[in-house]
Amino acid sequence: MDSTQNQINPVFAPFQAVGQILLSFFQKTGQLSSFIGKSLYHSIVPPFFPAQLWRQLVDIGYYSLPVVGMTALFTGMVLALQSYTGFTRFNAESAIAGVVVLSITRELAPVLAGLMVAGRVGAAIAAEIGTMRVTEQIDALTTLSVNPFKYLIAPRLIAATLTLPILVLIGDIIGVYGGYVVSIYNLGFSPGGYLSQTWDVVENMDVISGLIKAAAFGFIVAMMGCYHGFNSGRGAQGVGAATTNAVVSSSILILIFNYILTQVFFS
Amino acid sequence: MTSSSKTPKIEMSGVKKAFGNNHVLNGVDLVVPEGKSMVIIGGSGTGKSVTLKCILGLLSPDEGSIKIDGQEVTNLRPNERDELMLKFGMLFQGGALFDSLKIWENVAFGLIQGRGKNRKEAREIAVEKIKAVGLRPEVADLFPAELSGGMQKRVGLARAVAASPEIIFFDEPTTGLDPIMADVINQLIVEQVQEIGATGLSITHDMSSVRTIADYVAMIHEGKIVWTGPIDELDDSGNDYVDQFIHGRADGPIQRRVA
Repeated sequence: MDSTQNQINPVFAPFQAVGQILLSFFQKTGQLSSFIGKSLYHSIVPPFFPAQLWRQLVDIGYYSLPVVGMTALFTGMVLALQSYTGFTRFNAESAIAGVVVLSITRELAPVLAGLMVAGRVGAAIAAEIGTMRVTEQIDALTTLSVNPFKYLIAPRLIAATLTLPILVLIGDIIGVYGGYVVSIYNLGFSPGGYLSQTWDVVENMDVISGLIKAAAFGFIVAMMGCYHGFNSGRGAQGVGAATTNAVVSSSILILIFNYILTQVFFS
Repeated sequence: MTSSSKTPKIEMSGVKKAFGNNHVLNGVDLVVPEGKSMVIIGGSGTGKSVTLKCILGLLSPDEGSIKIDGQEVTNLRPNERDELMLKFGMLFQGGALFDSLKIWENVAFGLIQGRGKNRKEAREIAVEKIKAVGLRPEVADLFPAELSGGMQKRVGLARAVAASPEIIFFDEPTTGLDPIMADVINQLIVEQVQEIGATGLSITHDMSSVRTIADYVAMIHEGKIVWTGPIDELDDSGNDYVDQFIHGRADGPIQRRVA
């Protein structure tokens, strides 16, 4: 066959490029949807691997506590300082406690915890599962009659979805405490007044919405880490790319879903 | 190959598999009798690993039939596939040991997680298997990273045979080993397969390995089996592809793509 027959007319080249991008997009979306469906199915249908779940609860939850705690502490402290700088111009210093607690519980604790966990846990999940893919350990699981979705994916998914709300709840407390410390010892607020203003402003829904967001973000982080690791390319470059993609995609999805959930809860 | 009235343990017919425009398998036909050791030989990129992965269910063939004990296995449901996997053992090229588990846990993995045996009983079996492949029992409590390549291959073999599977697959079992260790692994494969009475299917391009472990040999080239027969007939196959391959000649019908 004449090779020129396979060459596309330059006029149609842009259409071909757009078509390829669209096809690739739909293929990736279908692949991800199928992966999510399988992961959810294997997360609720036995057999379960409780030892694996416990290991992931410790890895994802317990070991993320310092990172999330430090992030929340300094965010609360900075928030109090910045609010004070702005609010003194309007003689509205008394609103600082409310701003700190609402910002922390509704937005900053879940989003920042999600992003920090995406960096720490999402990358680790993608690297570990990607390495297992490259070294045929995932194939080995299958040949040993163990479903990789049940053994590798489900425990990570469940652990991240359960532990992130707990981390965020702790982050809420630490973040508010950070604002309290700065307000009392640096800005001269009275402890009783600050705490009463905090309690007056915060409502159950402020905290609950943050925890629901946290559960969604935990699911996203674990899912992206598992998906990119499971479909990792060959070699060190493949695992590196999987790790980067896991962190970038989960961070972007966290920001997108944060907007969607905020719209749902507070519009 | 000698005819047998018994149902073959593994039977492939017309199996095709492509990745995009790359047609790796172009109609593989292969019969492996029960209790025998079949070795598939062929150059790199000819479809050996893909053939193995199609039988194991790690890849789905595009066309053709694969039967295990006479049962079609190409379109099994997940739970049926899990049942089938209980018949299989596999020694991977790189060992594929789980880094986070101790050696005995690796060997006993299929027994504990796949077959629900308790840990104490599984550990006893694992230590026996570790000793059977020539390793000291103390190795049981080490991690894979603490072992040499040859020791990891032995552990991989112990894991493959631990649950006494009906069919054992060997993917390039001697690649990356020195000739002495390669021969040790070959001897262990023969011993272990005979001991549990399993059917063996290996892929390799190591001819000394072929001559040690094979009852039957199949030559694959460009995704098709071009010759198959008993090991005794390998040197007088009358097949140009086989002759070129076993003598390692650059000239012949097999043209290597270098670009």
